[in-house]
Parts: sequence; C-alpha cells; structure tokens
Amino acid sequence: MAYEAVIGLECHIQLATRTKMFCGCPAEFGAAPNSNVCPTCLGLPGALPRTNRAAVDAALRLGLAVGCELRPVSEFARKNYFYPDMPKNYQITQYDRPLCEGGALPVALEGGARRFGLIRIHVEEDTGKSFHPERHGDRPVSRVDFNRAGVPLLELVSRPDFRAPAECAAFLTALRRLVRWLGISDADMEKGHLRCDANVSLRPLGQEAFGTKTEIKNLNSIKGVEKGLHAEIARQRALLESGGRIEQSTLLYDADHDRLAVMRSKEYAHDYRYFPDPDLPLLVVEETWIEDARGALPELPWAREARFATQYGLPGYDAAVLTETRELADYYEDLARGLDGKLASNWVMTEVLRAVKEESLTLAAWSAKVPAGRLRGLLAKVAARELPGPLAKQVFAWMRDEDGTVDELLERHGVRAQGSVAELEPLVVAVIEAHPGPVAQYLAGKTATLGFLVGQVMKRSGGQAVPQVVRELLEAELARRSGS
Amino acid sequence: MAIDRAEVERIAELARLEIAPERMGRMATELSAVLEFVAALGRLDLARLAPSTFAPAGTPLRADELDDRRIPAAEALSAATEHDDGFFLVPPIVENVNP
Amino acid sequence: MSAPEAWRLSATALAARVRGGELAVDDAVEAGWRGPAGTWEAEVRAVVHADPAARAAARPREGPLAGVPVLVKDNICTTDYPTTCASRILAGYRPPYDATVVSRLRAAGAVVVGKGNMDEFAMGSSTEYSCYGPTRNPYDLDRVPGGSSGGPAAAVAYGLCPLALGSDTGGSVRQPAAFCGVLGLKPTYGRFSRYGLVAFGSSLDQVGIFARHTGDLAAAYAALAGPDPLDATTRPGEAPDVSGWRAGVTGLSFGWPANLWREGVDPEVVGGLEEAAARLERSGATRVTFDFLPGEYSVAAYYLVATAEASSNLARFDGVRYGFRHADSADLRALYTRTRSEGFGPEVQRRILLGTYALSAGYYDAYYLTAQRARTRIREEYRAAFARCDFLMMPAAPSLPFRLGEKIEDPLAMYLSDIFTIGANLAGIPGLSVPVGLSRAGLPLAVQMLGPEDGEPVLLRAAAVLEAGGEVARLEGEDTPEFAWPTKR
Ligand SMILES: [Mg+2]
Ligand SMILES: [Zn+2]
Repeated sequence: MAYEAVIGLECHIQLATRTKMFCGCPAEFGAAPNSNVCPTCLGLPGALPRTNRAAVDAALRLGLAVGCELRPVSEFARKNYFYPDMPKNYQITQYDRPLCEGGALPVALEGGARRFGLIRIHVEEDTGKSFHPERHGDRPVSRVDFNRAGVPLLELVSRPDFRAPAECAAFLTALRRLVRWLGISDADMEKGHLRCDANVSLRPLGQEAFGTKTEIKNLNSIKGVEKGLHAEIARQRALLESGGRIEQSTLLYDADHDRLAVMRSKEYAHDYRYFPDPDLPLLVVEETWIEDARGALPELPWAREARFATQYGLPGYDAAVLTETRELADYYEDLARGLDGKLASNWVMTEVLRAVKEESLTLAAWSAKVPAGRLRGLLAKVAARELPGPLAKQVFAWMRDEDGTVDELLERHGVRAQGSVAELEPLVVAVIEAHPGPVAQYLAGKTATLGFLVGQVMKRSGGQAVPQVVRELLEAELARRSGS
Repeated sequence: MAIDRAEVERIAELARLEIAPERMGRMATELSAVLEFVAALGRLDLARLAPSTFAPAGTPLRADELDDRRIPAAEALSAATEHDDGFFLVPPIVENVNP
Repeated sequence: MSAPEAWRLSATALAARVRGGELAVDDAVEAGWRGPAGTWEAEVRAVVHADPAARAAARPREGPLAGVPVLVKDNICTTDYPTTCASRILAGYRPPYDATVVSRLRAAGAVVVGKGNMDEFAMGSSTEYSCYGPTRNPYDLDRVPGGSSGGPAAAVAYGLCPLALGSDTGGSVRQPAAFCGVLGLKPTYGRFSRYGLVAFGSSLDQVGIFARHTGDLAAAYAALAGPDPLDATTRPGEAPDVSGWRAGVTGLSFGWPANLWREGVDPEVVGGLEEAAARLERSGATRVTFDFLPGEYSVAAYYLVATAEASSNLARFDGVRYGFRHADSADLRALYTRTRSEGFGPEVQRRILLGTYALSAGYYDAYYLTAQRARTRIREEYRAAFARCDFLMMPAAPSLPFRLGEKIEDPLAMYLSDIFTIGANLAGIPGLSVPVGLSRAGLPLAVQMLGPEDGEPVLLRAAAVLEAGGEVARLEGEDTPEFAWPTKR
C-alpha cells in the first residue's frame, strides 16, 4: 500500500532581547553558570514575573509578517510539570488565548512557492539547561544551570500541512531567514536559538483521516530535521507494512547515529494542568502598538525576492541568494543603483560573497571595508567598458586591502586605466592584422600562439598594458573574427 | 463527587507527593467531603457568567533593560543542599529512554 | 512615660518620640522584648525567628514609623531573618532579598523585630499547622489565636510590638485579629505589593496589617500602599488617602445582611455586632438592611481557586535550589516525592492534592472554571451591595476563639471558620476586623467591615469610631484610648 506522511512542526525561536522574558537579567549566552539569575528566574519563594515589552513586540512583528490574526487581549498561562531545569516547576506560556493565530509562511520549493499554514505563535519562557550524565565523586548526577531559564521564546506551531521532509527543511530555512530578517533572533540552530519538534503520522494515500502520530524532539539542524523525519517515516512505514500499529510516543532523534529512541510512550503522557497565570494580568496590545509594529516592518524577504527578480531582471536563483539576509539585499540594492542589475548581481554573488567567506567577515564588516558606493564606482567603469573584466578584478582585490577610489588604486599601482580599453583596442587590431600566420594557427585551435600575440601588443603599448587585459581583448577580437 | 484511592494516587503522582498506604483511605474520605461541599456551587446559576479574570487594565510591560536584581552565583547556590562548580546538582536525569 | 513602658504606646506615638529624641531607638525597638515578651512569649509562642543582632543593626531615627518594632509573618521575605512559612520544606531558608512591603517598612523607619508564627504556607485558621508548634491566644492560652497569621496577631495583642504584618488569602489577617482582639486590615487586592510574599493563592493573597489603634493602621497603610513595578498585579495609580481616618461616620451608610448570621453564629458574636452597629448609628451612620449570598458559596469557590493556585505555586519546593531536601534520593522522582512528602505537613498536602485535582484533565471545567464563574457571581453580589451602602458589616468569624485541637481533625469545619472573610478575597475588596470588647468569658469580640475596592478610608473612619466608643475626638493626637490588654490567667 502507498502511504502518505503528514507532518506538523513546532518551532521554538529564542529571541535576541537584552533581558529575559519576565525579569531584568541578561538573556546573553556564555556567562559563568548560574550567574545571570535573580529571584524571579531562579523561582525563589515570593518572586514574581514582569513582562518584557520587547519580547511581545517581537512576537507582534513575526505575527504581522506572516499574516497572523493578533489578539488584542491575550493570556499567560502556567504549564505545570516537574523538571529540574524549570525553576518554578511550571512554565509561563500562552495556551487558550495566544497572541497570534493563523497566518502562513511563504516557502520557496522546487515546484514553486507554497504557503504553509500556521496555527499559532505565542510567547513563553525558556527553561534552564541540564547537563547529563555527569559524575560528582562516585555518584552519577545531572548539573543544572539556570542562566537560560526565563529567556524569551516564541513558539510557532504549523498546520500539519507538510507531506515530505524536504518541505519541512525548506520551511525552516524560510523561517530562519524571516526571523533574522526581522532582527528578532539569531536563529542559530547549532546554538539552540531555533529548535524544532515534529509530529509525524502516516496514512494510506487517499485516506482523509490522520494516522496515529509520534512526536520527534531534538531536531537541531535543518539537515537533522530532514534526516530525522526520513528515519521516522521509514520506521512507521515498515511497521505498518508488517501489520504493526503505531504507538503514540515521543522520540528523540540522535543525529550522530541517525537513530531514533523512544523517550516516553503514552502511559507517561503529561497532564499539564494549564490555567491562567494569576501573577500576570491579561496582555493587552493596543491598536496603536500594532500599527507601530506594522509601520516598522521592513519589506519582507519573499516580497523583496520577487521584486529583485522583476525590477532588476534577475533569475530566481540570484534573487533568492541576494535576499538570504537583509544586509546582503541592502548591499545589493545600494550597489545596483544606476547599474545593470545582473552585472551587480554577478559581482555580489561571485566576488563579494567569495571575499566575505574567505575573510570570514560579517556582511556589516565587509560593508564597512568596501561600501557599496565604492564598489559601484568600479562596476560603473566596467559597465562603461573603461575597465576590462580582469583589470576590474585586480582593482577589486586591491580594494579589499587598500583605501581609495578606483582611479587612485590604478594610479597607485601604476596602471593607466583611463581609456585603456579604447587605447588598447587599436593596438590589438593592428597586431592581429600584422601577424596573419599566428592568428590562423590560433583560430585553427593552437591556442598557445595567443601568448605570442599578447607579447606583441605589450611591446606596442610600451609595457604599459596589463597582460590580463590584453589577453582578454585579444580573445574577444579573435572570437569575433572567427564567428564572422 | 467522591474520590477513590486510585484517584488520590493519580493526583499524588502528578503533585509529586507520596501518600502512605495507611493514610490513603482517610485522604480519600477528606477530599471527597470537600468535593461534596463544593458541589454546592451547582446551585448557583452560573451559565451566563464569565470566569473571573483580571481588570482590563492589562499587564504592565517592562522596558527591555537590565536591572540590578541579579544575585551572585555563589549566593544563588548557597541555599541549595547540593551544588558543585557553579552548578546545582540533581540525581541523574533519565528521560525514560527505551532504545 | 518611661522607656520600660514604651511598649504600651501606639506606633505613631512611639515614632514621634523617637523622631523628637525623647526615646532612644534602642528603647523603642526593644520595648516589647524587655517588657511583655518576658512574661508572654514562652507560652504564646508568637515568634519563630528572633535575632537581637539583626534588631540592633537597624537604628532609624526618621520616618513616619521611626523606631517602630514590627513583627513580620514568616511567609514574607526578609534578608535578616529566615523565611520558612513555618514549613519544614523551607527549614533554615534565608532569602537574598526583602519583600517590597518589608523594604517600604524599613524606608518608613520601622524595624523588623522577628518573624511571626503561622499555619504552614498560610493554610489554616488556627496556627496549629506550624512546624514550630502552635501559637496560643493571649486571652486564653488553651485557645487558638486564629490563623493563619496567628503569631503576628498574638504578638500585637500581648504587646511585643504595636504593628505586625500578616497575609490574608481567605481571612488570615482578619480572623486572627478578631480572635486576638486587635485590628486587622486586608487591603484591596493589588494595593500592597505581593513581591516577596511567598505565594499561596496568588489571585487572593494580600499582605495585611495588625495594630492596636486605627491611627497606626492608617500610618502603616500609607507607608505600604501603592504600585510596585515588581508586582504586575498591583493597582496602578496612587493609593487612596487615609489621613482622614478621624473624620467620623456621619452621613455614611452600612449594609446589614442579617440573613448571614441568622444561624450558625455564636450569639455573643451577634451581640457584639449589634452593639457595634448601634454605636455607628449613634455616631451618624445609617443602617441598610438586605439579604446577601450565603457564605458557603464563597467557601466552596475559595477552596477550589486557592488550592488550584497553591498546587502550582508550591511546585517549586522540590529540594533542588533551596530548602529541605530528602537526603536519600537516588533518582529524580524520589528526590521530588520524598522531599515534598516529608517537607510539607498534612494540611498542605491535602490542599495541594485538592488543587491538583481541580486543575487536572477532565475536572478543570467542573471545578476550577466553575469556581471562577462563581467568583464572578460573588463579585457581582458585593458590587450590588456597595451600590446600596458605603460599607458592609458582618462577623469576622462565626465563633469565639476555639480550643486548641478542636477542629484540627476536621478540615471542613476548619474551612468554615473563614465563612465571613473569604468573600473579600474572592472579590478583591478591603476588609477590616475591629475589636469591640470582650465576651462574658473574657475572649475578644470583633466585627468585620468590608468596603468596595479602594474603600480603605471609609473602613478606617468606621474603625476609629468603634475604637473610640463613638467619641472620635478622643483619638486626636497621641491620646488614644487604652487597649484592652489581655491578662494572663
Ligand atoms: Mg512551548
Ligand atoms: Zn532573572
């Protein structure tokens, strides 16, 4: 029998606020254990929560970006269960009345863009971290650090609209781009800024009703999500095909061994005893706040991607790469002003991104070094055919290490660039006409003779020309002649 | 609504309490008596009423600024029976993993 | 008055002398300890943590409560004393911060002189459920002081200090105040910060004040009331001005829901209530008679809401970060279960179980949600009443102080001793218990007055009239009437 997978995702996004969700402790990562704690986030008797406006604002921005319906009055609830990294043994979250509901995230897939529906987005607090198994003297122990306890999270729950692991991976990629774009999270899955659980069930193709689902936790990279889901789908399919039944359970994905382990089965199902948190009055979001958040929303990545394609005449691939981050898209648009869009795109996608990668720079650091305006000066000359490509690349290389405009760089390096193509072209034509033999050999396929021709042009330029430029001009002229 | 021993056990489990077997019967009786008493609420006409909730003013919101209420790690740990090297210690967390 | 007699002074009179230099701070702070505590404390056992060095460390000479000794209930966080909620599970626990009410007391010049006994986690009405053993009523040592704030109430009654702080979730200030013959104020929900008050039922808990004189209540209220950025449930805006507490009651009306005490209330309690009402009428107030929703509904709603919240609030006591931890727990489940089962007393466990049940899958709607709907109904009942009168009168408790052990085996009977006080917590309104004399057997008689939200000024005006036997002029300045001190038998 053919089966179809039905997958829903639950994502936790750690917000990049300065302070925690319900107290004024730093939300930063990497401090000494248990040093970013106060009575509230340590769950000391008598301490009370106080809500961070910035976390709510982040939720509003994400909600607006994906078209959620925002609740003007939402409610904080307590989710009760015992766990040592949860200081109060309950988590403050939202339950009955979350801040954001509905909406959809547009995701680029191979067959074209699709919108994956969302059920809700709400704000909640993170737990601390436990480390286990470890030892203390002769005993096995777990160690607990509460620095992360109370850091704000957004929980985003999708509809069970995914049918393939690749769709989930694409969704997470799009989500990661969006939250970074909005500046609300660093969304580094490795660091746990973006965590993902998945609900998976299988059903015979064509059947309406859902099968029994399992929940997979610990999907901590985009590749891990894809592999973990493949593993679980394969496991469920094998079980069903051999006549077995799926048991409702929670599984942990072990990415190192590409293996799933059952964490708890149904008999351990929790009874979270949610109820409205009596320490926190209702969360009221006034219309003006929503309007301010809406007004402050940047052009969204998918809109910008589409606009890049039409406004700059870029292929879809280019538009997607250039809108990977907002900084890159800004850099590109700044660079492209008054230039051919594709020329600017080519330069960003090859030269700029390669340089950034080689030097392990952030785009901000790169922009400080080679501002878009400076690079634009170079590309303008390329476009005006004042600089041949190879020379332009040489100038770009100088730009990476030195100050100065294109002209200053050329002068500093003793290259007469002003009108160099115009000056060299007659020399190239003259040399071709003066040496019909080598030209014929070249055209017949003996490309080694090009070196001789380059030498001739160099001689006629009095050694002033850049060999790379001469080579390119010769090739172009010879290609033109062979074609005609 | 009476509450039996099995129910007391179920709740005790959720609440992480352990009721000694000899106390179990009495606890069930006492809780049942209280539940019987609260059943009086059924005599009130509550259908049209919303559950009580907070005044509509809304929760105050805090600016995203650091405050000075942090406590040093040494002090945070000092109240714990078991800590080591900056961490609170607990018996090993086992996730009920059946490989 | 000589320094040794300073313990008889009201808080405001004491503070005035300290500010004026007539009384040394040390003599003010230590007055009760050097005086009546020597006679009373060993038997009453109102105090669970005391520390002469901590008292000596504070020497305030300024502020409205300069040098005033205050006993603070053991569930309110203090940096200079342990805070254990009279529970084994918090044995020896010392908070790293002061509750907001404690910081405000200190800022007003008051000195915390120790921590008062209570029912464990404020769950009880007799101060018998304490890991330190019971507190006894100074008016009759065989009887309970009421609860859960029995320690602070008894200490104010016998003269250890003129002011004390308690907490009132279902009457835990007003009922012990009534049993110990002192004034007990539960403010409007959100008027006093709960930051640093160890939570029991968060939507019901309020810190309250014990005093022997109305003027002291007003002074303490003024020092403590007002919004706190650390507690999201404090009311925004300025607290009402209570400085007019001597204004009398002329022109005020009080509600008289006599159906509530037609049966099940001690006749002497009813007699005290009648006499108080007559005194208010003689002073210019009018009585408005109407029926009111019986208190059983409040008790029922309360025991679901309060226990549900408590089951969650008390989940944090697990032996990991502070307090008692069972020594022999090889696994996590055992650590939690053994720590909590040995750390919490039976009444606390009973309530945690009840609250867990009320919230658990399948029962939430029938219990928790129904109780919250009933709470709305009860609020409406009070709102309707306050449309007809300025404040309500009713007993503080249905009985006179009962004997130790009398109700300890019968939780439901114990719960019903809060039948008149619980409504105010459900409705979030202020309540004030005022002594009105002694019974034939020499036990305190008291009445309770309830006001609408922010109705504290009116309640204090009425209390002043009752305190002065109708002659409010007597309350001018420091010339307060002598308190009806207990005499040891
Ligand atoms: Mg969550
Ligand atoms: Zn904190």
